[in-house]
Amino acid sequence: MSTDEPSITLYRLQACPYCERVVRTLEQYNLTYRSRFVEPMHSDRNVVKRISGKRSVPAIVDTDTGVTMSESGNIVTYLDRTYGNGGEN
Amino acid sequence: MVEFDVVEFEPADAPTAGEVAPDFTRPLVNDEYWENTSLSAVTADGPTLLVFYSMNGAFPATYVWNELRDREWSDLLSVVGITISTPYDHKSFLDDRNLTDVSLFSDPSNEVAADYGVAHDLDGMAGVSEPRLSFFLLSEDRTIEHSWIASEWPEFPDYDELEAELKDAL
Repeated sequence: MSTDEPSITLYRLQACPYCERVVRTLEQYNLTYRSRFVEPMHSDRNVVKRISGKRSVPAIVDTDTGVTMSESGNIVTYLDRTYGNGGEN
Repeated sequence: MVEFDVVEFEPADAPTAGEVAPDFTRPLVNDEYWENTSLSAVTADGPTLLVFYSMNGAFPATYVWNELRDREWSDLLSVVGITISTPYDHKSFLDDRNLTDVSLFSDPSNEVAADYGVAHDLDGMAGVSEPRLSFFLLSEDRTIEHSWIASEWPEFPDYDELEAELKDAL
């Protein structure tokens, strides 16, 4: 809604360890991101299905690179490669 | 004739028409997710009706949101509510009341209502404070165009009058 939206959006579930793992990586690289919390009920996560094709969280959307991705292992690897050692930021 | 013992509120210490409504950031819940959102980000999209109301589950909450849904004010401007209920509760409330075009701020501490001068300590519910029913019609820069604040508990606005004010301001 505002003009200074961060490029990374994290779809997450409260108290989900896999989501927290992604959060730790985002913080490690000082990335600004916004959090969108969804419901525990898998069937109620239509927004996640719509953006990523799956209802699993965490899922991230990075509008800087055009990447949408789910599963914490994949996301952490992506963040390491894109923003970690050897990356621009 | 039955005499009702209506509770009168102390006069509200709320911002009035012409003043800029205080900004705040709280989780804003829609029918799919919630996200920290500022009031100013909502108003930046256009005129906004900010509704402080009783916690979900109380009958005034049901009355107010059924009325707002049936009047379809969200076709005219952004309609956002705020009360002390949690995001999970808001999400169920939106589903249960078929509210698809409005969103609800979650403020369990009731600090925003206190900041607006419309907090109300509930008798018989120790430690629980909730907003008194209040409507603030805001322009894009959060200037208050019109407001209505309950002076009794419970009290409801004249919705036709409010709708006239709203259409007048748009």
